[in-house]
Amino acid sequence: MPVDAAAVHDQVVRAARGQGVDEVEAILATSNQALTRFANNAIHQNVAELSSTLSVRARIDGRTARASTNRLDSDAIRDVVEQAIAITRLTEPDEESLPLAEPAEYRKVDRWSEATAQVTPHERARAVAEAIAAVESAGQTAAGIYSTDANEFTLLNSRGIHAHYRETMARFSITAMADGSSGWAKTSACDHRGMNPLELALSAARKTTQSAAPRELPAGRYTVILEPAAVLDLAGQMFGDFSATAIRDGRSFLNDRIGKQIFGENITIHDDAWHPLQAGAPFDGEGVPRQRLTLVESGVVREIAYCRQAAAKAGVAATGHGFPLPNEYGEAPANIVIAGGDSSVEQMLASTERGILVTRLWYIREVDPYEKIFTGMTRDGTFLVEGGQVTAGVRNFRFNQGLMEMLSNVEALSPAVRASGEETFDMVVPAMKIRGFNFTEVTRF
Amino acid sequence: MKDLALRALDAVTRGGVTYADVRAIDTREREVSTKNGKAGNVSSSESQGIGIRVLAFGCWGFAATSDVSKEGIEAAAALAVEIARAGTTAKKHDVVLAPEEKYEATWVSPCVIDPFTIPVDRNLATLLAIDRELRRDAAISLAEASISFTRERQVFASTIGSLIDQTRTTSGAGFSALCYKDGEIQKRSYPNSFGGQFQLKGYELIDELDLASHAPRIAEEAIALHSADQCPEGTFDLIVDSSQLGLQIHESIGHPIELDRVLGTEANYAGMSFLTLDQLRRLRYGSDIVNVVCDARLEHGPGLGTFAFDDEGVPAQGTDIIRAGEFTGYMTSRETAAAVGETRSNGCMRADGWARLPLIRMTNVSLQPGEQSLDEVFGADHAIYMETNRSWSIDDKRYNFQFGCEIAWEMRNGKRVRMLKNPSYSGISTEFWNACVAIAGREHWTLWGVPNCGKGQPEQVMGTGHGASPSRFRNIKIGSAYAG
Repeated sequence: MPVDAAAVHDQVVRAARGQGVDEVEAILATSNQALTRFANNAIHQNVAELSSTLSVRARIDGRTARASTNRLDSDAIRDVVEQAIAITRLTEPDEESLPLAEPAEYRKVDRWSEATAQVTPHERARAVAEAIAAVESAGQTAAGIYSTDANEFTLLNSRGIHAHYRETMARFSITAMADGSSGWAKTSACDHRGMNPLELALSAARKTTQSAAPRELPAGRYTVILEPAAVLDLAGQMFGDFSATAIRDGRSFLNDRIGKQIFGENITIHDDAWHPLQAGAPFDGEGVPRQRLTLVESGVVREIAYCRQAAAKAGVAATGHGFPLPNEYGEAPANIVIAGGDSSVEQMLASTERGILVTRLWYIREVDPYEKIFTGMTRDGTFLVEGGQVTAGVRNFRFNQGLMEMLSNVEALSPAVRASGEETFDMVVPAMKIRGFNFTEVTRF
Repeated sequence: MKDLALRALDAVTRGGVTYADVRAIDTREREVSTKNGKAGNVSSSESQGIGIRVLAFGCWGFAATSDVSKEGIEAAAALAVEIARAGTTAKKHDVVLAPEEKYEATWVSPCVIDPFTIPVDRNLATLLAIDRELRRDAAISLAEASISFTRERQVFASTIGSLIDQTRTTSGAGFSALCYKDGEIQKRSYPNSFGGQFQLKGYELIDELDLASHAPRIAEEAIALHSADQCPEGTFDLIVDSSQLGLQIHESIGHPIELDRVLGTEANYAGMSFLTLDQLRRLRYGSDIVNVVCDARLEHGPGLGTFAFDDEGVPAQGTDIIRAGEFTGYMTSRETAAAVGETRSNGCMRADGWARLPLIRMTNVSLQPGEQSLDEVFGADHAIYMETNRSWSIDDKRYNFQFGCEIAWEMRNGKRVRMLKNPSYSGISTEFWNACVAIAGREHWTLWGVPNCGKGQPEQVMGTGHGASPSRFRNIKIGSAYAG
């Protein structure tokens, strides 16, 4: 469904001017997404979606509001502009409201693979069938997904911003299951040819075999080795707090902690939209170019994200991390890179006298917003490490763990990789060996 | 829209299919929020599209498009068939559907006041009045309030001849007050956390909630929590308010009874269920006073899971899930009903809009009212009473859960003796429900809406309903969230 963004924008601007409104912003997004889902060693849900959305924001005398539609005919475009203007006029003016953003230069990124955009249902099915066969030959049952997405969006405003971004993204994840045990693996890549579904299937099957007849260990504090997906899903919960608006609201755990050492000296974290393993646009929801941020340097909180409004309030430059307006949340880093180390997971295991190897964490929720304590479960591959090697699978634990404590107790880091989980967005993170991880309960499997 | 649905059905039928259904959907939404005395999010949206589901070559195929031109529909229909054909590459058996009748019906959910006739400035005035009450004490660093409305019209057409036109209007509203001071964040919400209350109603819901009158108390409690004692660790009798119990039902009963989870089709993401097929009519799920139904019918109430037909054209039904403590039923679909010996689906297939495939989803999964008075529920010698969810987590087979609440009180002989902060409780689902010793009656029963239930890949977000009244549970593990 090719859409001429410039022509749509011209119609938006003309319709707005016809209503006496000069400041208008349009976001036009098109999406072509397909997903092949399998379970019980067969494809069972197999879907595709083609969609377009036009979202229009008007700004009138310090007021602003947004209206959206997925119809792109002339009448619909005129209607959505009129709707945006009508509801904008009914809102209250905000003295902190800023004029629309000015045009800017964007550092280019190329995250589009035409081959990935053209993957067919049959190609996905063949890869899935091969992965299923690998798990099935181990006497196990497979479930998972293979998806390919092609997304494109353009942000334009009446001050001349024309920001365009397109990205393809492929994902493969698989759970292998046997009586009493399971294993999981997942990956994502802008080019599907960078994924190896068969390798992931074999890895999941190995974990399932290795964790057969899991032992029950008592809850307590253990040395853990968190694989990258587990690090991602837990550490990834905190980055919404690296936000000037969150700090101003009093909802961030970084209130009164900026410039302080809150993690170990081996923890350094950047927000970097141009990292080769990252994905996402090089501009934010208002069209402001993203800046690279040093969020944490050797355990000390250094920088936070500022949307334009928060930046103006603080007298600093916007960092290009704002959400589309209007919103209550302001901004957040979106391209997290946690610096890795030089240890491999195998070396972490070899150096561990007694500990727990964790593949994946699940259902992670915040227990305490200022101490940044989270609860959740281990899942699909939890192992006892004794004398430097994996000796058994263990029943899954519930944890209640503070992130500041956790990231102060990191004993070793692997090189950082692009990790994909289910609890937060993809990031570039290492595996970590952590002492004193707080498991508080054990479940039944 | 009927023409659109029938054109799409015609297009896909020409492709040679065993079965097909089409959902043409038109959705309109409005969200209005305020934050610290200003407008927050003010937005409206509309979305129109069509989802085409086919059963061909023994496999499912599904394609959805927002391009409802003749060419767009035909392309989606052809893609759905092609996707089904691709499924044969990894097929174990042909999909077989339980029989269902043909229906022609039009149904519109009750809506006394059309929320879209209420202007945005009146929405904002309502929220800003709440905001003023919340921020009377400067200790409140963040006051947020929100209202949202959705109207979805869906025309369902299938190759068995059904043509069902349904329109559902839902509304929601709520507010919260956050206080940060002295290295601690405390928050209170009303009438529930994470957006408030949501029901299948029009603007009358907003009037009924009488939000502003509760704002002063909520703000005071957020501040008072800073000087409250930490909730103790240990084993106590636990009294849970109805909103928290609604979420407890959702997590520890609603998800485990989804038959697709039981059969393994959600294993890679949402997980499976401890309720294996051998547990049906054998498991003591709860104590004798625990009765739970899954009921999508209007007579159950205006829930987010109330409708006339599900998204594969099966009429809304009521199913006993737990009867006098015994586990008696799952939520099923036309594809899965036979797995539990049923000849017909009990109507729980629901999809998140036109772009998503129907899945087994909760409708209204509710704990039936008990026979105790509120005094009897609160009448324990010593108990902890918790209100309003703050965090929730449960394992991927739904055994072990942990919930945190915004506020608690230590109770002695029915009286509140001290406020407690950071309360939490945990346990195993069936042990928890078997520890239920008192459930308050119908007059204290509320049908809560959970608007954000996630499931499926690609993920779908669904609204579900959960009726509950305040209840008491014996010897529950409390305080483990802060243990260690």
